[in-house]
Amino acid sequence: MNSEKWNITLIITRQKGDAKPYTQSFQLEVDPDEYVLDAIERVWAFHDRSLVFRHACHHSTCGACGMRVNGTEKLTCITPIRDVTRDGGTMRVEPLRNFPVVSDLVVDMSDFYVRLEQARFGQVAPVDEANLGYEKDPDDGGDYERLVDCIECGCCISACPISLTTPEYFGPAILAGAQHSYSITRNPKLLDFVDQENGVWRCHSAFECTAVCPSNVDPGWRIMDLRKRVIGHRIKKLFGRK
Amino acid sequence: MPDQPHVIVIGAGFTGCAVAHDLALRGIRATVLDRGEIASGTSGRTHGLLHSGGRYCVNDKESAVECIEENKILRKIAKQCIEFNGGYFVALNESDLEYAPLFEAGAQECGIEIEKIPVDKALKVEPNLNPNVLAVYTVPDGTFDPLRLALAFAATAKKNGAEFRPYHEVTGLIMNGQGNVTGAEVWDRVTNHKYKLHGDMVVNATGAWAGAITKMVNAKASVVPTPGIMVAYDQRLINRVVNRLNAPGDGDILIPQRRMVCIGTTSFEVSDADYIPIEEDQVEFMYRCAVELVPAVKSTNQRGWWMSARPLVGSGESGRSLARTFKCFDHKATDNIDGLVTITGGKATTCRAMAETTVDVVCEKLGIRAECVTRETPLISYRNYYLS
Repeated sequence: MNSEKWNITLIITRQKGDAKPYTQSFQLEVDPDEYVLDAIERVWAFHDRSLVFRHACHHSTCGACGMRVNGTEKLTCITPIRDVTRDGGTMRVEPLRNFPVVSDLVVDMSDFYVRLEQARFGQVAPVDEANLGYEKDPDDGGDYERLVDCIECGCCISACPISLTTPEYFGPAILAGAQHSYSITRNPKLLDFVDQENGVWRCHSAFECTAVCPSNVDPGWRIMDLRKRVIGHRIKKLFGRK
Repeated sequence: MPDQPHVIVIGAGFTGCAVAHDLALRGIRATVLDRGEIASGTSGRTHGLLHSGGRYCVNDKESAVECIEENKILRKIAKQCIEFNGGYFVALNESDLEYAPLFEAGAQECGIEIEKIPVDKALKVEPNLNPNVLAVYTVPDGTFDPLRLALAFAATAKKNGAEFRPYHEVTGLIMNGQGNVTGAEVWDRVTNHKYKLHGDMVVNATGAWAGAITKMVNAKASVVPTPGIMVAYDQRLINRVVNRLNAPGDGDILIPQRRMVCIGTTSFEVSDADYIPIEEDQVEFMYRCAVELVPAVKSTNQRGWWMSARPLVGSGESGRSLARTFKCFDHKATDNIDGLVTITGGKATTCRAMAETTVDVVCEKLGIRAECVTRETPLISYRNYYLS
């Protein structure tokens, strides 16, 4: 992109089939304003064609390229190399945690998608419902819809200290999806779905999810909001109101 | 069904996924191979414009008609991943105004519903639009999520029996004694082992990489990889797609997507689309184009830049003048090699039609009589692709 060049060591976690994972290093000359995904793609294009990684949109709308970069969850397509290392530094890239590894940097997200379906989370919502609950609604004067913020990248699940302790925990994106879905549909079944040990009550409010979310979803806030709604729902049920 | 014909589809972009979907509905067993996952090449990186056809209605009417027909179909069958708020074509100078009568006539001829609306009305509903706008037309444009659109086709194909093998790279084609294609040599990059896969037919749906596959058997495919640069900014400044009212050019479409706006695009030709560097001056040029349409882009931060290599069908002309329509080559007719069909060209918006044409050719070659029903078949949730 520009004339400034850095020399970095890219360390990638590799894993094929049932073999044990190992790391492989590549010395790269990079433009610091390039994205982490560009460097990974260049390793595949010019150094090692066996490298497996997942990517699609390259501009943060699809969520396919979530990885751990120097220990922190990043959407690699919009993370400039400048933000994660320095000239002469290292950039360690690993697959997301808390998901089974398929190969190299790709993880199996099928359970995650099953739960998102259970949370009835849709990708398209009316514009005013697609924003965070504490944001001012745009005065758009019409009934517009938009693709929502959550791109299902899994970064929040990887960063969550509770997801690390048990795969039974739904995890931030699922609960955030249920909160979003409930705010639009008011379907009480969604509250019953999350009102359980591995649902909203398992969260310990670490807010790591919100810290790493590349897409402004604020799952931590949504889980807290969902708790309030669950309690309200319980009280209503106690007094016989449905 | 033991004697069910088996078709190998190379490429899991929009076209390959839509081909697998169509094959499955017509009772043909499909195995989709891709060196990446779903939409890892050109498809994933499109800027996500669900074309109304307005962009092409003056100088590429065939593409424009394809776009509006498919736009209406996708809005019905793939609503789950489309934000459909319509779009504007806006005139900002005299040259744009001179294009207006051509645009009106072209849109009418191609069956695209447009309406000229008062400028003050447009500015009221899209307040970030350039206040110096001279004329505004509405068009039925939309924005889709690229990965999820491809996944929705793949998920539905899978439900109907198609098999997807991501990260399985085709390294060669298998030929029989008569010089016809009967399968593919495959490298499973997940487990790092190689194997052979036989089929009754191979469909080459690799788009910008179609030439790399046909080269394996010395067949021809006149595909010109024609990349374009796009840039995303971190505020959703518009709810509608904003197009420049003029002949197709660089940086003339600004689209809303999630919490962003994205501007596209440029057009240049390359010989190999595996890795294409991005030049800083092109990113700056896109920024100037975006600011011209919506000046508030100045107040945003750049969120990302990227490029995507269009698979244009070559005809000896340069990128912008190449038609955006698609072409299906039966290599029996072009190279006297049976068992191989290449589909390329086209646009994301027209992927279903591309698949219909391809599977019509496949069915005819295999002697199968089955009607295409993809126009009326809603796609199931894209997430089902990941459920075994």
